[in-house]
Amino acid sequence: MIRLEKRPQPSRAWTVATPLLAVALTMVAGGLMFALLGKDPVVAIRTIFWDPLFHEQFASYSRPQLLVKAGPLILIAIGLSLGFRAGIWNIGAEGQYIMGALAGAGVALALYPLDAWFLFPLMVVAGALGGWAWAMIPAILKTRFRTNEILVSLLLVYVAEQVLASMALGLMKNPEGGGFPGSRNLQHYPAAANTELIAGTGMHWGVAAAFIAVIAVYVLLTRHILGFQIRLAGQSPRAARFAGVNPNALVVICLGLSGALAGLAGLFEVAGPGGRINIGFNQGYGFTAIIVAFLGRLHPVGILLAGLLMALTYIGGELAQFMLGIPSAAIQAFQGMLLFFLLGVDVLSNYHIRLGRRRAA
Amino acid sequence: MDFGAINPTVLAASLMVASTPILLAAIGELVVEKSGVLNLGVEGMMITGAIVGFAIAVETGSPALGFLTAMAGGAALSLIFGVLTQVLMSNQVATGLALTLFGLGFSALIGQGYVGVKPPALAKPDLGLLADIPVLGRVLFSHDLIVYLSLALVVAVWAFLRFTRAGLILRAVGENHDAAHALGYKVVRIRLAAIAFGGACAGLGGAYLSLMRVPQWTEGMTAGAGWIALAIVVFASWRAGRVLLGAYLFGGVAVLQLNLQAAGVAVPVELLSASPYLVTIIVLVIISADRGRAALNAPASLGRVFHASS
Amino acid sequence: MNRRTLLASAAFALGLAGAAAAQDPVKVGFVYVGPIGDGGWTYEHDKGRLAVEAHFGDAVETVYQESVPEGADAERVMTQMALSGADLIFATSFGFMDPVINVAQKFPDVKFEHATGYKRADNVSTYSARFYEGRAVQGLIAGHMTESNIIGYIASYPIPEVVRGINSAFIHARQVNPDVQFKVIWAYTWFDPAKEADAATALIEQGADVILQHTDSTAPQAAAERAGNVYTFGQASDMIEYAPKPRISSIIDNWAPYYIERVQAVIDGTWESEDTWDGIAPGMVGIGEITDAVPAEVKAEAEALIAAMASGEYHPFTGPLNRQDGTPWLAEGEVADDGTLLGMNFYVEGLTGAVPQ
Repeated sequence: MIRLEKRPQPSRAWTVATPLLAVALTMVAGGLMFALLGKDPVVAIRTIFWDPLFHEQFASYSRPQLLVKAGPLILIAIGLSLGFRAGIWNIGAEGQYIMGALAGAGVALALYPLDAWFLFPLMVVAGALGGWAWAMIPAILKTRFRTNEILVSLLLVYVAEQVLASMALGLMKNPEGGGFPGSRNLQHYPAAANTELIAGTGMHWGVAAAFIAVIAVYVLLTRHILGFQIRLAGQSPRAARFAGVNPNALVVICLGLSGALAGLAGLFEVAGPGGRINIGFNQGYGFTAIIVAFLGRLHPVGILLAGLLMALTYIGGELAQFMLGIPSAAIQAFQGMLLFFLLGVDVLSNYHIRLGRRRAA
Repeated sequence: MDFGAINPTVLAASLMVASTPILLAAIGELVVEKSGVLNLGVEGMMITGAIVGFAIAVETGSPALGFLTAMAGGAALSLIFGVLTQVLMSNQVATGLALTLFGLGFSALIGQGYVGVKPPALAKPDLGLLADIPVLGRVLFSHDLIVYLSLALVVAVWAFLRFTRAGLILRAVGENHDAAHALGYKVVRIRLAAIAFGGACAGLGGAYLSLMRVPQWTEGMTAGAGWIALAIVVFASWRAGRVLLGAYLFGGVAVLQLNLQAAGVAVPVELLSASPYLVTIIVLVIISADRGRAALNAPASLGRVFHASS
Repeated sequence: MNRRTLLASAAFALGLAGAAAAQDPVKVGFVYVGPIGDGGWTYEHDKGRLAVEAHFGDAVETVYQESVPEGADAERVMTQMALSGADLIFATSFGFMDPVINVAQKFPDVKFEHATGYKRADNVSTYSARFYEGRAVQGLIAGHMTESNIIGYIASYPIPEVVRGINSAFIHARQVNPDVQFKVIWAYTWFDPAKEADAATALIEQGADVILQHTDSTAPQAAAERAGNVYTFGQASDMIEYAPKPRISSIIDNWAPYYIERVQAVIDGTWESEDTWDGIAPGMVGIGEITDAVPAEVKAEAEALIAAMASGEYHPFTGPLNRQDGTPWLAEGEVADDGTLLGMNFYVEGLTGAVPQ
């Protein structure tokens, strides 16, 4: 008889070892899948996990791309983790990401071709405000009418997608684009472009913001009264109330912060790597970030690592697709497996596994 | 503009068909959430049901067998989630999202040979005279079996939760798993059963899309229906009757906006297109503004990890 | 290190050195916006890729990437393809335009082909299909076949390609049937088969007995089959499984001849940057079999129209044509220029409703 016994403290050794164990298990299970598809499993696994980092051909290009891909994931996930810790469920970061991008790009497109130093900072502010405002809708409905924030934030994603399509086809359409949908390319508008801070590193303002957010939230959670209140509200809402935590204020702060960070991620993407507002601009970062937040156990450093790991599987997955002809569906299933194992083996850091019968209590 | 072109009777009949996939998935998820488990993997289970049901129906020529296998497939996939969250006590939100990711990939993988194939049709029951009743006949008695099954399921789930001892136990597990455990109920087993039921319903809903409503297999064809089903459960504040209301409201607005477009109404298309989501939010705000009883209805243990410590 | 040695070392790292070094095949990359299993746009491009493989055998190696989002990811995917030694890359969606130009600047020796765009460079060609020629044929058949005089049209987004198709179909339906009306539903999605099914049902319930579609699923065919006496046309693929009724003909995207021609040009060293906009004549726009559900004289008329467009004798946008508000667009005998057609965002006279802006 196998049973689990809760550890008083999560095991430090297992906390480090479980992700490695999960990756190893995924390699076995995923390798089996690739073998069934008629691909060499060893080559496939190496292409996904090794080649983006160390392949002599690609690595110098892929390594910086890891940051480009992980940046928005980390930035959004950091914001979400605060609310998740407090039991406030923002499932709609995808919508806030879109609205941030629209607000930020809207400022640039409205002022085009103004060439001023303050344009980019203004866009950053607008991007954060756009995401914040979109998150305020579920926040206000929750505090005023007790409307469930899961539903409102989720459905507003679809509304945001319609706004995005409308903008790409109408108001923000490139007047010199021959009638095609999509805005001007902000990469070609130097005052508005979010370019690499150091050439060839992938490091743009969005990645910098993600790192700053990681540090800021770490400090907030460990040193600040608000961080304490957030943790308390999540662990025991009753205790939080006795401690004088205002639940409504917490809802507004957590949703607002996560919305603003998601909006920033959208703005940095549209002004940088993405370049333009178009119909399919959003690509699921807001949803993937939820996974990243939990994979990182809602801890800032964990989120940083989880974001980089997700980015690695995306980029490695791309390489595996076109170098080995593995269908994108198999890569998606592979990512799913990796997550299953990461989440499943986590049990080892929180519980002892005991063999034999339970002692009489 | 030509409002006369919109026939309310026909519209009512169409919205029932359009709402059935999300209704099926939502009623299953309701049972899962009532047991205290939040499974965000509905989309992944739906799409898996869609391809499994489609493939079996095509291979055997029997849509009925397809639907049954779709339920089995959805349930099997949901048990990955079940084992991870209940036995290995992983985080439910993240595991559910991972299930969606996995389901989308897995379904596309097995569906590679089924693109451009026409599935066999499920015969409609001939209700004879009943179907000829004006208005009611078209609305109530002109559908396929799955539509009736979905309605029967809503009633069955409602009665199960309200009147049966098993339903009471399920709710108790969802409200306070520690207390239920102390009373000697097998929390994990009950939840696994609920999760499998939810998976079967989602699988059936997915197969209804691929075998009846579209009918066709294409990758990612659920196109977010699973997410809507999740929203509908919240909308319904965890009550079976209101799941029906929510699903039909959403499906109804979705069908109505297409009809308004066809009739040439002068409202911006993007606004019409966003209307199902907006109307759902607005209606929920109106309902929940009423003293906020909705929040009290959420199962108290929803999404929390259960560990039998004693 | 030049690109050939790069290729060799990349292949070596993959453990494929033998195969690559012995033959040194031309490497052709395809970048798709959707999954191959979409059964429509991407599916047809991939059929083109498979035709290239079948035609050239070992002389060509193809690689592809599915479901590539338009934007930063597209740029990365194409860069990685170029780094891996691709000689020619087909980017098969409009939204890949800026990424193609960016990557092409970095890899002047790699040739790029961008579908449906308008930006070119020394190593970037563009290509597209005159699907509106196929729409003209559909309009003509639809105008004859409708008894209710209501034709339903399921559109995706209001982009020039779609607006052009609506106009072309409408002009030719009106030519044979002056009473015909179009009802247009904008799905506002590239891909949602269930929504397409609902849209088709809504149109049929409002009296449409012919459905045209600019969306790729067979949902409208199935809805028409259930309703009886409603006719449809295959889109992107032939959708022959719904023939002879409701599907009475189709527009087929056929990229294979073009892809084979361009790969051959790379092999021969004769590749040059070009702008190709082909129609029925070279077979880029295929018209699927017109079934027996269509009366013989209508079929003959449609075939005459196809022949006239193929020979260049007739252009679907030939004046006199007015814009929707009644202002003249093309004078008697005047033919629309490609620039106007490429950016078309207005309806022709007679269509009701407005193009969403």
